[in-house]
Amino acid sequence: MTTAPDLLQLKLVFVTGKGGVGKTTVAAALALLGAEHGKRVLTCEVDAKGDLAALFEAAPTGFVAREVAPGISSMSMDTEASLREYLKLQLRIPVVGRIGPLAKAFDFVATAAPGVREILTVGKLCYEVRERHYDLVVVDAPASGHIIGQLAAPQAINDLVKVGLIRTQTEWMLDILSDAQKTGLVAVTTPEEMPVNETLELTTRVREETTVRLSAVAVNRILPELFGQREEEVFEQLRQPAAESVLSERAGGPVAPVLEAARLAVTMRRTGAGHLQRLQAGLPPDLPVLLLPELFTRTHGLRTTRQMAQALGEELGH
Amino acid sequence: MAPRRPPETPQTIARLLSAKEIVIACGPGGVGKTTTAAAVGAMAAAEHGGRVLVLTVDPARRLADALGLQGIGNKEVRIADEVFKRAGITPRGELWAAMLDTKQSWDDLIARHAPDQATREKILANPLYQNISARFVQSHDYIAMERLYEIHSEGDYDLIVVDTPPTRNALDFLDAPQRLADFFSSRLLRWLIAPYRSRLVNAATKPFYTVADRILGTQFLADISEFFILFQSMYDGFVTRSEAVTRLLSDRRTTFMVVSTLEATPLREAEFFSAELTARKLHLGAIVLNKVLPDYLRDSATARLAQRVADQAETLGEGLTDDPAIAARVLGEVAESFLHFGIVARREAEQQNELQGAPDILVTVPFFDDDIYDMEGLLRLGQQVWD
Repeated sequence: MTTAPDLLQLKLVFVTGKGGVGKTTVAAALALLGAEHGKRVLTCEVDAKGDLAALFEAAPTGFVAREVAPGISSMSMDTEASLREYLKLQLRIPVVGRIGPLAKAFDFVATAAPGVREILTVGKLCYEVRERHYDLVVVDAPASGHIIGQLAAPQAINDLVKVGLIRTQTEWMLDILSDAQKTGLVAVTTPEEMPVNETLELTTRVREETTVRLSAVAVNRILPELFGQREEEVFEQLRQPAAESVLSERAGGPVAPVLEAARLAVTMRRTGAGHLQRLQAGLPPDLPVLLLPELFTRTHGLRTTRQMAQALGEELGH
Repeated sequence: MAPRRPPETPQTIARLLSAKEIVIACGPGGVGKTTTAAAVGAMAAAEHGGRVLVLTVDPARRLADALGLQGIGNKEVRIADEVFKRAGITPRGELWAAMLDTKQSWDDLIARHAPDQATREKILANPLYQNISARFVQSHDYIAMERLYEIHSEGDYDLIVVDTPPTRNALDFLDAPQRLADFFSSRLLRWLIAPYRSRLVNAATKPFYTVADRILGTQFLADISEFFILFQSMYDGFVTRSEAVTRLLSDRRTTFMVVSTLEATPLREAEFFSAELTARKLHLGAIVLNKVLPDYLRDSATARLAQRVADQAETLGEGLTDDPAIAARVLGEVAESFLHFGIVARREAEQQNELQGAPDILVTVPFFDDDIYDMEGLLRLGQQVWD
């Protein structure tokens, strides 16, 4: 096993994670970090919801990439548009007029042949890599339950389809996806029970069912450690009723909720630390684990993205 | 929208569930949907009595273990009364649980609809079928609803609480039965199958096959065709069944419980989902908001106080502890932490206020210190939601 390459040295990075763990924020931050290192970056949102562009404070994007920040172009995946492009570019089939409404035919084929949607997504991304339109393609990929199907699609189609143009097409895709120096997967999680379970499960499934290499696990929303052991003892002394009432008197109001909030923060942090430990114990020892802080921000926008990019950069040693 | 009840009879989840047979818990992933569904089911079994089934998709292993559900599958398993007793409760009814096994459910479905043994075996062996049933994401959505229909029509349970699969799009599982029905009645499907039946391709359809052959390869096209020719024999059964499933979802005995947290992304999805349910005339019974931070974090007087504590951290703790330097640091951290969490709590409260199209029942569940991994925890969560 070779050591995991630096995320910024890769050409194609899929960012996945359970819903709500901050997968899109991490994808945007990675893109920003790449651009700061002078790379031409493409970000692609697979489940088009417009969240990714919003993190750059840009209007939602379409299938045709548009610059959303200096050095960063962004697009949203649209499998039908991808099929059109594919047919036009790869097969040179003047297809549209002959087989009737493409949308209908597409819906049909996509439903009939599982993996078609997936391969059109992965295919478009691999194409951008192969054509070297960008130095780094960052994919805000589907949630962990679906990413396996996406990444395994070329292999699955390869197994199903023995001849024909699709077969030749899947082969070059597999070459890109299987190259650990080019393609990587980042699993984003939070230090909570279910996200950690899912990440551990994902690690195994990625290894067993896909040809893509898991490059890193990013643990998001790590709460700050308020106290060391000695501080905690002193904190307990301050929480004694007598001390608390003196504090309230001096501060000019009841401090109980302020202390209680800190206790809650300590408990949350401790619960999280337990899950983080469980995660680290369950992951291969050579897999980088990136620790990203809870940002306590009011809204999500460029400010958050920049802060996250900075934290990510520090974790990657830049 | 249902007429609102007069204010003196406040709507509660307890009341809602007492009049329904199916509750579908839905919403974005990662918000405690599975746990909330289990908690609601446990409360219904404990308080209302009767037989309650929780049909779940992916419970946390620790929770499944604590309930004595290791290795449960498609077959329903009863949760021992002993498990309730350990939590200090004697349930009035029975709690059952089953976990959705997609592959097994598909195989069962084929077995039920296949006209004969030979067709069944051919379908089960078809590579396309294996791919669809095991890997195809939408098949998960369909089969969850199909399984619900089957259990409901067997009539063994008074209440079924369904935890929906984490879908790419929260609505996929609602569309799945209809999509399947549409698919099997598609003209394109008949086109595709035609040449393998008659070997007669007319001039109008020839380009389609030429393209399909070039793109997909002949063997694959043959596999598809075999699969669908076999499936045609089950067509009527399937379509009738999907229509029945669709009807069940909009039946007055069915209600939807949208689960979310107040974080921006999940909440936006939950809101979209609620609007969509209403647009489809499905019954949005309740919204449950999990992991809500305590109110005191938003109190502005307390926030000003925390600011004073931060400013005066050096002197405030004088003489109260055995280490003034550490006390100053601790007070500084404590105050800063309060202010940090205050930002989050205020943001979340604003989002809750802006929640559009809220149903009669909007329940908030406080942030629990610990993860829920036993019956006691489930019931503690359940009681917050219940009434």
